[in-house]
Amino acid sequence: MTALLSVQNVGKRFGGFVALDGINLEVQPGERLGLIGPNGSGKSTLVNCICGTLRNEQGSVHFDGQLMNGLAAHERTHRGLSRSFQLPRPFPSLTLADNLRIPMLYTVHHRNGTPLHADNIDARCHELLQMVDLEKKARHLPRDLTQVEMRKLELARAMAAEPKLLIADEAMAGLSHSEIEDILALLMRLNESGITVIMIEHIMTAVMAFSQRLAVLVSGKKIADGKPEDVVRDPDVVRAYLGE
Amino acid sequence: MPLFILASIVVAIVIFILMRLPGIEYLFVAGYTIVQYIVLSTAWNILGGYCGYVNFGSAAFFALGAYSTVTLATFGLQLDELVPESMAPYFHLIFPLPIPVLIVIGGIVSGIVGFGTGYLTLRLRGAFFAIATLALSVVLATLVVNWDFVGGSGGAYVVRPGKFPGLGSYMQYLFLLMLGLAVLSVVLARWIERSRLGYGFAAIRDDELAAEASGVPTLRLKLIATTLSGALMGMAGAPFPYYIGYLAPASAFGLEYAVNSIAMPLIGGTTNWIGPVIGTILLGTLQQVTTVTISSAVNVLLVGVLLIAFVIIAPNGIVGLVQERLRARRQK
Repeated sequence: MTALLSVQNVGKRFGGFVALDGINLEVQPGERLGLIGPNGSGKSTLVNCICGTLRNEQGSVHFDGQLMNGLAAHERTHRGLSRSFQLPRPFPSLTLADNLRIPMLYTVHHRNGTPLHADNIDARCHELLQMVDLEKKARHLPRDLTQVEMRKLELARAMAAEPKLLIADEAMAGLSHSEIEDILALLMRLNESGITVIMIEHIMTAVMAFSQRLAVLVSGKKIADGKPEDVVRDPDVVRAYLGE
Repeated sequence: MPLFILASIVVAIVIFILMRLPGIEYLFVAGYTIVQYIVLSTAWNILGGYCGYVNFGSAAFFALGAYSTVTLATFGLQLDELVPESMAPYFHLIFPLPIPVLIVIGGIVSGIVGFGTGYLTLRLRGAFFAIATLALSVVLATLVVNWDFVGGSGGAYVVRPGKFPGLGSYMQYLFLLMLGLAVLSVVLARWIERSRLGYGFAAIRDDELAAEASGVPTLRLKLIATTLSGALMGMAGAPFPYYIGYLAPASAFGLEYAVNSIAMPLIGGTTNWIGPVIGTILLGTLQQVTTVTISSAVNVLLVGVLLIAFVIIAPNGIVGLVQERLRARRQK
């Protein structure tokens, strides 16, 4: 089986600081991958390099059989790569429904050759908001939302682009236990519908419950990759998190 | 949409007829300035209000339109010296160019410069973009001052014909043209607002990174905005030499164009096509009244005071204030 996402020897520097140092990572279609690592280990930088927000100076990113190097972020989104941001970044002046309308208009609209009809877009907005329990607030602005609702909106907007691969960058940070369960269930449902998911997370219970495979980044290097229960017992991983 | 186009044309015709009724020529002189600012503020709003990129160089685009006209008018006058004798008769057929053609040319020139400026400066955001556009204005003004063909620092005269067949005075013709441009720009702004393009602009204004992640080609959209906005400003500037009769760099690149094109949408509201129109009618009329009754210098004071007042009372302009009220009522 060919990998959906293939990251080969990706490197990224910020001045003299090496943020990513020759990262290799493959994700199979339909897989649930957990990506963990201490703060500053390069997780978000890797996501940014995969999604085109940052340009990697070294190595290559292949998605769905295509080379992504040199493509702008929006072009990667068009090809089915979608991400949510660590800190929610909604469009503050647009209603929730319109927040979801943007990716539909710009990503899904022409993907199949035929433009979407306005009614289809409305129906799909409604459907997505229903999925994240926000349909009652469809006409509200993002500032009326609670923290967990904001995270859900962030995920719904990433989903509105109808991706093949969803990268959820710390979608659960700062949430309560029951809220984490909520988001976890949502990501599980998305995966069951056929979407490959990479989850970046610090909350280990969530990562362990969700991931089929776990990769660990430390100081810009991948130090472990494998079955979650094996990876968390790996001496290198334990050392990185707990020290000698 | 066709209904809206029809309605705006009807409104424009009604305005024109009502203004003819009292038989006061000065109404058209004052009215021209106000309608011209409707075009300028609407054009500014396409980039500034919809995309969130504050342009301080409105005067540059306006002046480009005006100086395209001066260049072509001067060329028309000096045809016999500039063109080979064998070609001259053909040129005499075309020149002097009618004003609608000059408007189109002014629009094209400013549109191209808008595109180029956009390409060079759109990596900048916020105050840095504003400063870059201000610099564009200074650079172009310096070029014009040093270009003798269009009069240099001494300015250029453009002789306005006295009569226009069918309308009476030429001033009324200019006013009618500007009214047509205002209809065009308002229709365009409203169309953008409700189209896919408008949603993309709004996404750019709110969060460019998130817009890219949502699939919005931000650079392409911003270039569309700078080109459209620049072109409309150039179109507003093209008939100006015929209006003013004598065009000097200081008046074409005047600070009041930059300031008013920003102040008017801010006072009216920037997220909606009607905002700049309301702001212009309010501020423009007030300026015309004070120019006549008090002094033209009071204008600038007026803009400053109103801007400060609106920043405090209604930071989203008049339209924003109304929308906020409506939303609050709906959510009750």
